[in-house]
Amino acid sequence: MADAKPVPGLGEVHGARVNETALVAFVVHEARLIDEQRFEEWLDLFTDDGRYWMPLQMGQTDPVLQQSLFYDDKLLLRIRVERLLGARTFSQKPKSRCHHVLQTPVVDETDEAANRYVTYTPFHYIESRLDEQTLYAGWSRHYLTMVDGALRITLKRVDLVNPDSAFGNIQLFM
Amino acid sequence: MPDYRGNPEALSGLVRDSEVHRDVYTDPGVFTLEMERLFANTWVYVGHASQVANLGDYYTTTIGTQPVVMVRDNTGTVRVLHNRCPHKGTKVASELCGNTGRLFRCPYHGWAFRTDGTLHSIPLKEGYTATGIENTEAAQGMAPVRHVREYRQFVFAKLNDGGLDFESYFGDSLSSLDNMVDRSPAGRLEIAGAVLRYMHQCNWKMLVENLTDTCHPMIAHESSAGTATRLWKQQPEGTPKHPAVEIYAPFMSPYSFYESMGIRVWPNGHGHTGVAGSIHSNYSAVPGYFEMMAAAYGEERAKTILDTNRHNTVYFPNMTLKGPIQTLRVFKPIAANKTLVESWTFRLVGAPDQLLERTLMYSRLVNAPTSVVGHDDLEMYERAQESLHSDANQWVNMQRLYDPAERSQETAVTNGTTEWQMRNQFRAWAKFMAPA
Repeated sequence: MADAKPVPGLGEVHGARVNETALVAFVVHEARLIDEQRFEEWLDLFTDDGRYWMPLQMGQTDPVLQQSLFYDDKLLLRIRVERLLGARTFSQKPKSRCHHVLQTPVVDETDEAANRYVTYTPFHYIESRLDEQTLYAGWSRHYLTMVDGALRITLKRVDLVNPDSAFGNIQLFM
Repeated sequence: MPDYRGNPEALSGLVRDSEVHRDVYTDPGVFTLEMERLFANTWVYVGHASQVANLGDYYTTTIGTQPVVMVRDNTGTVRVLHNRCPHKGTKVASELCGNTGRLFRCPYHGWAFRTDGTLHSIPLKEGYTATGIENTEAAQGMAPVRHVREYRQFVFAKLNDGGLDFESYFGDSLSSLDNMVDRSPAGRLEIAGAVLRYMHQCNWKMLVENLTDTCHPMIAHESSAGTATRLWKQQPEGTPKHPAVEIYAPFMSPYSFYESMGIRVWPNGHGHTGVAGSIHSNYSAVPGYFEMMAAAYGEERAKTILDTNRHNTVYFPNMTLKGPIQTLRVFKPIAANKTLVESWTFRLVGAPDQLLERTLMYSRLVNAPTSVVGHDDLEMYERAQESLHSDANQWVNMQRLYDPAERSQETAVTNGTTEWQMRNQFRAWAKFMAPA
């Protein structure tokens, strides 16, 4: 695994306006935190009412009255993260590892007045455990906002290219 | 390993009073016989009528490993056809669902079939003149499954002519299905949300046994349900209970809870957990729902319906439902060591949307490929599938609360931690696996 020491400053935009460079750096940093399994830091990237959503259908608009693979608020994400660290988390004996390859994020929307920024990032994601390595492909959309001088996620929407396929365990985060 | 097809004694020897031989999970020959006999001689769940609401609507699925298509034909009857062109064997309907209009048309040579399966036309038909084609199976069209029964919108089919009729096969177990439907003020369900599809590298029966295995949640699910409960307790006092915690927390109930919730067994391998109550008993009331139910059924009957909180009902061989939260799972056998789990969710017609929201959340948190509860269940099954290859002990034990007297008792309500229902399933398995 790559250097797992904290990278200071990323995700924080001190005094500066949010620009494309900062947004792209944030998205890349977010994926790196997952790959390095720095999940506590990753959770901190979400606003208190932030969500992680993976629809079950292409073009899905409703996460509540339609089914999804994930529609987690912060408590549900925290349950996952703390579970991953637990001593009796049997499906993580041995542990999974994961790996993102991101296409350069594109800034889809910049609205300083509304404090709303949206990026679009095609990705490949590998989750691996024991002798299995599974490739997932999709598109992430980060809905971001500035909180106390730092970018934060209000919604990370992950659309798989094949959300309707049958999957085995998906245990980490894309 | 024995040739079970040619050796009925070896086959019946796989099931003892309180243990089964590992070959029932690992042997491809046994799996083939299951497809030929068990899945052909029993009533297998096919789909829900709301999936084919309009004339020409179809839904493609399998019975055992055989591809079929459920279709509402031109007269409005729900039929189940073998999804195979009688000409060259091509799969005719390829989408999961859709509308075929008045005809199915094979994409290979254009043979067309009415929605009851009968042959409508063959292009360049003169090529068959005086060939005797009319006497072949090919001319019969897409073969219908002859035994199809729609019960309160749930469609079941039996491939073989032999075996039991629908009522004899399911008997009182249909009461769980009734309760799920009765929970709609309109007495009607609709499939809602898309199906969750979860691939398991294990034998299908492990999943069915786990449905009434009440001694595993507090162990296998400690990491998920236990973590959820612990995190919840750390929230500031007065925080409204998170709906997910309401779903997770009961998994951590003590043995005494599961003992007293009870298990009921029925003939032919059916049974359920949660006789006196279950992990679904104490969900928060949804505002306005009881009033809708009382208006539809009267207060007393509404209470009776809603006080029935069965946990998992096994519709042997491979379907289960949870009435109190309106989910249905099908364990589709693919190979001895491969099973597709489908989780379907239902809207109670005429009930508040919050109920559907809870249904979807439950299914997502517990039965999805992304579910932390499902992760540990699957881990257990896959570890078993691997380690059953050990020759040290070739038997799987199902002896908890075994009493020889149960062998002559087809129906019972008993201690909720018994493995009787697993034994019940294997007694039915042995019965339907016996050669004709």
